[in-house]
Amino acid sequence: TADIISTVEFNHTGELLATGDKGGRVVIFQREPESKNEPYNQGEYNVYSTFQSHEPEFDYLKSLEIEEKINKIKWLPQQNAAHSLLSTNDKTIKLWKITERDKRPEGYNLKDEEGKLKDLSTVTSLQVPVLKPMDLMVEVTPRRIFANGHTYHVNSISVNSDCETYMSADDLRINLWHLAITDRSFNIVDIKPANMEDLTEVITASEFHPHHCNLFVYSSSKGSLRLCDMRASALCDKHSKLYEEPEDPSNRSFFSEIISSVSDVKFSHSGRYMLTRDYLTVKVWDLNMETKPVETYQVHDYLRSKLCSLYENDCIFDKFECAWNGSDSVIMTGAYNNFFRMFDRNTKRDVTLEASRESSKPRAILKPRRVCVGGKRRKDDISVDSLDFTKKILHTAWHPTENIIAIAATNNLYIFQDKVNSEMH
Amino acid sequence: MFVRGLKRKCFDGEEDIEGTLAGIKAIPSYNLQRQSLLDMSLVKLQLCHMLVEPNLCRSVLIANTVRQIQEEMTQDGTWQMINTQSTGQASLDRLVSTDILCRSSREQAEGKHVPGYSTFNKDFEGDQTQDSSETMSTASSVQAPRNLQSNVWEMENPQENKGNFQKSLDQIFETLENKSPNSVEDLFSEVDNSYYDLDTMLTGMMSNTKMGHCEGLETFSSPSTTTSNSNCKSDLNELDHIVEILVES
Repeated sequence: TADIISTVEFNHTGELLATGDKGGRVVIFQREPESKNEPYNQGEYNVYSTFQSHEPEFDYLKSLEIEEKINKIKWLPQQNAAHSLLSTNDKTIKLWKITERDKRPEGYNLKDEEGKLKDLSTVTSLQVPVLKPMDLMVEVTPRRIFANGHTYHVNSISVNSDCETYMSADDLRINLWHLAITDRSFNIVDIKPANMEDLTEVITASEFHPHHCNLFVYSSSKGSLRLCDMRASALCDKHSKLYEEPEDPSNRSFFSEIISSVSDVKFSHSGRYMLTRDYLTVKVWDLNMETKPVETYQVHDYLRSKLCSLYENDCIFDKFECAWNGSDSVIMTGAYNNFFRMFDRNTKRDVTLEASRESSKPRAILKPRRVCVGGKRRKDDISVDSLDFTKKILHTAWHPTENIIAIAATNNLYIFQDKVNSEMH
Repeated sequence: MFVRGLKRKCFDGEEDIEGTLAGIKAIPSYNLQRQSLLDMSLVKLQLCHMLVEPNLCRSVLIANTVRQIQEEMTQDGTWQMINTQSTGQASLDRLVSTDILCRSSREQAEGKHVPGYSTFNKDFEGDQTQDSSETMSTASSVQAPRNLQSNVWEMENPQENKGNFQKSLDQIFETLENKSPNSVEDLFSEVDNSYYDLDTMLTGMMSNTKMGHCEGLETFSSPSTTTSNSNCKSDLNELDHIVEILVES
């Protein structure tokens, strides 16, 4: 089970794709440059580097293990030849630097090829060492370790557009760090009540605005979003804007709050909208409208009548992520049975696709799937009762500019590419 | 507030049919469903102490669900009714233990008093060394119309222990943020040793507690619900033991 993928993230150009897993490892894939000689090998992703990011730890004080599972990876914008990323488990965030080495010096005067000191009597002339090409070596080194900043479990990290700071959020607090400083952080949100018995709401996700370095959003387990402005005050407990949709009284049940809990929030690339995922829907919010989302899409409404079973087997607590495409016209999220869903905001069409070995041969076209809820059943439909709830697609990522998506299905990574700029069918 | 007919939709599809067919049974069966949901939620909260730190979001959501059910039961007046039934007693007793066991995720506000319900602190003050659940059972049968729940939170001595327990946890949380090597010994000295016993007990208990009784919720009129009560009773005995440890320390 250490191979279960726990996070997926493209870098800013889409050239690199990082995955983190339950065993604390990070695997980075690199896209092969498209070559005219092999037109079918257009931009496939191959393993570029693998390294152990986090190790399991034991908290002796609480008698509890600290999991090495990588919760989130975020890439820093590239500023020189090296790539950098932040990876985090429940407690500690690490900054990793990824560099390439493809040359090595040869022809030292004092050392031989293996590095042993030469017998000086054999040296009769001096030479200048020369750089010679070697097989590409990718080196990953930990540059910073941001530890002891969180009492509770870190669920999100987000790099600021200023490229100097980033934030990390746990269940009750959000901290602001400077990338170069590891021994202190600033607490910018704290929702821990004075008396823990009064705790009724936790932070579930947070993200910096893509363009405004002073703005960030965080979501809660009660389904609300809070947009905060760091210029307003040092401690951003008072939100600038609160986004909340009033409850639909006709759908009210004991599970209403649980299914309204936001599991992921993402700003659109434009910065005008926010995308949220709760248990049954994805919603698009306009930053200027706090009273309700501008768009709501049903991911798997057929589960609404099964909420009690899903509460019993804990599936109702599954945290699905969501993603925008590069142009903010299509949104994507995962579901059960290794299904994932895409919604075209313009055409209002949606599609359900499956990530599985059987249905995905190289260069095969994915066939749309359908879940039938009674009534007419077509040939390849799946009935709600035969859905496999152990096969959940929680983590998905979309290439920043192209129609390439990365889907994590338990311990398998699927990368789907779309050659034609196609519409949904 | 909410129409019963609508409420039934919150449970899985089949119940709708059974509900309409069993016309006269409709109201008690809804209560049975709600009770099963409460039972299930309490079991989930009890399982929150594992080797890895429990998921706080999940615990808070479950605790909120428990609170919602209790609020509704209080407003319905069924909370009083249930005091006299055996199923109710079992769940309330477990409610006590759950509070002690999972303090950090519990949402109950002690300040909340439901009008019309009185407290009986003084009945419990002298019972420090007794098993608190036994005391609860006695009290509930004697004082049927009272709101057992709000009284539970006011039990003096177990309350202090709970307070200390929570205080220890909170201190641990606070101090961890300013972790320095010098204070490690101080941290250890403040920790209540009963906490570690609790962990061992719960780890052992986890393997015994079955989630199977929740299947009763799917077909609420089936006999499986009576089986759930006996499972609850055996859980209850183990929880009694745990409560004993806490109270005595």
